[in-house]
Amino acid sequence: MSATIRDIADIETAHAPNPRRGRLPGWGAALTLAAKILLALVFGLPLVFMIVSSFKPDTQIFGDLGGIQAFLPVGNISLNNYVGVFDRVPFAQFLFNSVLISVLTVGLGLIVNSLAAFALSRIRIPGGRIALGVILATLIVPFEVMALPLLWEVNQLPYFDGSQIVQGWLDTYTVQIVPFVASAFSIFLFYQYFDSIPRELDEAARVDGAGWFRIYRSIIMPLAGPAIATVAILTFLPAWNQYLWPLMVTQSEAVRPAMVGIDYFKQLNTSWGQIMAYASIITIPVLALFVAFQRSFVNSIASQGLKG
Amino acid sequence: MSIVTEPVAASERAAELPSRLPPRKAGTARGRTDAVVGWIMLAPAAILILTFLLVPIGLTFGLAFTNARLISPEPAHFVGLDNFVAVFTDDTFWASLRNTIVFTVVIVPLQSALALVLAVLVNTRTRGTTFFRTVYFLPVVTSIVVVSMLWLFLYQKDGLINVVLSKVGIQGPDWLGDPHWALLAIILMSAWQAMGFHMIIWLSGLQTIPAELYEAASLDGASRWQQFTNVTWPGLRGTRTFILITITIAAFGLFAQVNIMTQGGPLNSTSTLVFQAVRSGFQQQQTGYASAISLVFFVLVLIVTLTQRFLTRDKEARR
Repeated sequence: MSATIRDIADIETAHAPNPRRGRLPGWGAALTLAAKILLALVFGLPLVFMIVSSFKPDTQIFGDLGGIQAFLPVGNISLNNYVGVFDRVPFAQFLFNSVLISVLTVGLGLIVNSLAAFALSRIRIPGGRIALGVILATLIVPFEVMALPLLWEVNQLPYFDGSQIVQGWLDTYTVQIVPFVASAFSIFLFYQYFDSIPRELDEAARVDGAGWFRIYRSIIMPLAGPAIATVAILTFLPAWNQYLWPLMVTQSEAVRPAMVGIDYFKQLNTSWGQIMAYASIITIPVLALFVAFQRSFVNSIASQGLKG
Repeated sequence: MSIVTEPVAASERAAELPSRLPPRKAGTARGRTDAVVGWIMLAPAAILILTFLLVPIGLTFGLAFTNARLISPEPAHFVGLDNFVAVFTDDTFWASLRNTIVFTVVIVPLQSALALVLAVLVNTRTRGTTFFRTVYFLPVVTSIVVVSMLWLFLYQKDGLINVVLSKVGIQGPDWLGDPHWALLAIILMSAWQAMGFHMIIWLSGLQTIPAELYEAASLDGASRWQQFTNVTWPGLRGTRTFILITITIAAFGLFAQVNIMTQGGPLNSTSTLVFQAVRSGFQQQQTGYASAISLVFFVLVLIVTLTQRFLTRDKEARR
């Protein structure tokens, strides 16, 4: 990662038109600024509208459409829509399910994928290079290609439900987590990062008698912070936003994640204010994470482009 | 559209990585121990990838030739090309294939070009640049499910978009209710959602172009547009390939927007391959039929990937 981009502001202005020579004429600069502001409205206002509307009763949402107040928290502002969301569906349960599924997918994924990448990068294993080649070849297959065959497969697999073995994984947490723990892309990112860590470090530890697990835990992983952050973000977002898969594999409210719940919620009622409240609750945590970890977010996305 | 996109050239690049492992004789005791420890570390990922990636890919091929059902007491049996005959004689399939291709052909240039415009606009050091970059990026961190819900409201006949249009004297269509407009409505919304992602990738591509090239160009008296066509555009070749391929493959997978906003309607004008695969393989439980559709989808992805590799190889050979 030679060209490390730390946050949106840090992306260098590669060729910023030379301020002295290539200075835009005054009207050109004004035009550019106007375009930027217009675009900011196009990208920002729908989200502002969503959050603002979540505090308004339906009649007012429609009444406000005609003017600027559609984007302002004015009039009859209350938390009634939010109360309504929790009243109508077991929303706390949905949120808990989403958090549990995302956190476990990320946590298990970090361990499993980094271990595999470590073995492939550091240890001479028979068949290792073939395994790496196969793993990377699967990168071109989009999930949607195998979603339906995978659905059939998980429905055939044996499942231990706590007391006995039954057939099929449907309607469990397991089916929403386990298939997404191992990721070819995460292995690739870790592998690339581990390869950039000098081998002298682990050679020295080997001489001192350290085993491979110890080298992994005490030398390599503590140095792999940026890779861990990138993989965590690139695993968390799809896990949180997952839609197609839980739509097919969950039937009961007990295991339904919030993202699929919104579809179900909308079928139960057509109060747009409540739908906006629901949408805001499941969006704001991710927006907050984005603002807090903006550097890592942008870095992980930019690094994909540099590597592709 | 998911935020994770995979670098397609990854496998090629890995193949080029020289093996820098220390040479060690295979037969020694230490070599054997290493192999065992190595496989223990690799095993969890290997087993999961085998079970949830390779087996389903294989099943896509296998099940497409059977009458497998999602839930059935009877074991599936071989039915030859029956599923494909059924798929290819179904008008809904052809409509879905057409919509998927139209969606892709329109959104790829639209989204990549506008993302480049955004990138060039915010590739400055003027005040407020960070603010603009952040705002353009916000829809990317918003789930496509939430975005679809929000735009379902915005696109209503008397929704926000038509109200705004009426202010400037345009009478907006019934976006999602009119077969002529529904697919376009989904295209515009999808581009809006994902554009910031590609803006960041374009920006990091712009960053790799050496500043000296611009200095030389402006010394030679090149206009900004000439600088763009002679320096920027050629310098973005690698970025361009990556962006085109990721948008294309993501576009082929169009599903969530359709499922939430239109259910494939009106008159199948927004039905897509994945939407049909889910309808047949999940709602109607016809796994065999759905696998046949998935296989068609897979072939499309392969064609695009191979074409892209062929084209980039061609360019490298000519250089």
